[in-house]
Amino acid sequence: MLRGYVRDPASLFFSLLFPLLFLVIFGAVFGGDEGTRRFDLLATGEGPVIDALPSEIFDMERVDSLAEGAGRVADGDAVAVVAQDGDEVTVRYQASDQVGGQTVLGVVASLVDRANLDALGGTETYTLQTQQVEDESLGGMEFITPGLLSWAVSIGAVFGAALTLVNWRTRGVLRRLRLTPAPVTEIAAARVAVSLGLALAQTALFLLVGRLFFGLDLSGPWWWAFPVVLVGTLAFLSIGLLVGAVASTADAASTLANLVVVPMAFLSGTFVPLDNAPGWMRVVAQVLPLTHLLEALKNVMVLDRGFLSTLPHLAVLVGFSAVCSAAAIRLFRWDQT
Amino acid sequence: MERADTTPDHGPTVEVIDLHKRYGDVRAVDGVSFHVAPGEIFGLLGPNGAGKTTVLEIIEGLRQPDSGQARLLDQPVWPRNQALLPRIGVQLQASAFFDRLTAREQLETFASLYGAPRRRVDEALADVGLTDSARVRVEKLSGGQAQRLALACAFVHDPDIVFLDEPSAGLDPQSRQQLWHVIRALAAGGRTVVMSTHYMEEAEALCDRVAIMDAGQVLALDAPARLVRHLDVPVLVSVPAECMTADSARRLDGAERVEGDGATTTIATRQRARVLHQLDQRHLLDVAEVTGASLEDVFLSLTGRRYHDVSGHR
Repeated sequence: MLRGYVRDPASLFFSLLFPLLFLVIFGAVFGGDEGTRRFDLLATGEGPVIDALPSEIFDMERVDSLAEGAGRVADGDAVAVVAQDGDEVTVRYQASDQVGGQTVLGVVASLVDRANLDALGGTETYTLQTQQVEDESLGGMEFITPGLLSWAVSIGAVFGAALTLVNWRTRGVLRRLRLTPAPVTEIAAARVAVSLGLALAQTALFLLVGRLFFGLDLSGPWWWAFPVVLVGTLAFLSIGLLVGAVASTADAASTLANLVVVPMAFLSGTFVPLDNAPGWMRVVAQVLPLTHLLEALKNVMVLDRGFLSTLPHLAVLVGFSAVCSAAAIRLFRWDQT
Repeated sequence: MERADTTPDHGPTVEVIDLHKRYGDVRAVDGVSFHVAPGEIFGLLGPNGAGKTTVLEIIEGLRQPDSGQARLLDQPVWPRNQALLPRIGVQLQASAFFDRLTAREQLETFASLYGAPRRRVDEALADVGLTDSARVRVEKLSGGQAQRLALACAFVHDPDIVFLDEPSAGLDPQSRQQLWHVIRALAAGGRTVVMSTHYMEEAEALCDRVAIMDAGQVLALDAPARLVRHLDVPVLVSVPAECMTADSARRLDGAERVEGDGATTTIATRQRARVLHQLDQRHLLDVAEVTGASLEDVFLSLTGRRYHDVSGHR
């Protein structure tokens, strides 16, 4: 069965390389040097505010007039143009780039305040000290890798189980197997073993690519990711079995599997963190198995929390496996009619 | 294709007693009974929807009959009887293969599911003439090769009884001949073969006995030749049209019906000696051809319908 699977370039690509492709794309965008973002800024005129614009944040370019600068901002060449004409400082900034616009406004406003203070000959009463703190909202690769890995495991298992079941039923393989003396459990176990092996290979591939090419920062107990992935795969296989038991054709199974997997990927925060999501969405996320696979993976891969911390999540996944498998067995059909 | 061990079974290998099965309002099987002796090739012949496949599925233990009983090797098949499974082989549709395996791997998989020894794989491949295609993936096999591989999967574990559902459906004449050859060899090796078919000529050429089915019932059951012989239908004598026109043929003594299509004049008669004697007097015996009745005529006389019209094939 493994041979048959490995020889199918389409399904191999879809379940192994396709998610990896996402990892590479996301990794190239967010991974590696996650230092401060730089902004293109246009400046015109003379004065203390213009002179003080910090070059660590801004790539600055001089323009001849405010009108010319505003035109280029409108074209998308820069996030803003700053002009100083005597006492007057003017900023025109892009409406579409909220972060860039607000950054420029904030910086220019503080520079104007400072210039006013200097002009009045005052001294600073208050000073501001800042320092970065390591927080739970993970950056770059440490967020992306567990997210994409849990998503890859879920689509691989759901589609694999659903399509295998439907194809075997529609083409008469199930009927044929029923007429052999081999126990059904043995056949099912062989197929499950193939899926588990693929999921482990997937995990190894993700960790390797993330580590070697995108500076993924793994925490101490990261190897617990493998048993976590095994439990997660079982849960999603059982969901796939349920989909395959309900659907009559391969097309229907595909559609149904997509309906399950795609909304779940977003609601569980595998692509985009749920930190800013509305409350109801976070409640929904708590009942989705993908959320628990993702949390368990994060705990061991990047948050250094140890295997024990994953147990509540794994318990939910095991519960899902039990419920969905039981439902799939009830709805199981040997043939089409 | 000798059997490894030949169990001396007494009585029929297959025993079907008054089977009934209905789907909603349709009586798919409506009182079917027959026996099959060891080593026999037994055919269920009928148009699509006659109930052949349902009968086979009940005998294989895939379906429960509403009433009646099927027994294989002196054991009931329902409730599902695991002990029977190694002793029967079933050829399902040629699509019932695992994805992307080669012909040999496919057979190896089935052999291992039955716990059959590895050497049987090569023997079965040779039996169906696929030794040269052993490393070809199933998707790349021709229709005839795929059907023969499906057949090999049905007997790789040395069963006593082999069930074939429309084994040559959709095959070209040459592939069909090859398949028939394999099936005859199976029976010659001592196995019992039970098959369904909607091809009249397949039933005539292959089966020792045939049950003609229509609308869920067995209309007649006997050796094909005997079914035909008992039929009171005319034989057809045909001569080239340039030797004898339809008009002059109608004046022959004993001609019941004459048809001419410009190339051939065909005379239907129940007195073939008298007609042939008259042709001999005109020195036409060398160019005359005599065609006897076939199972098609049997079907026509049993149902009042032409088989061509109802079979939906050919």
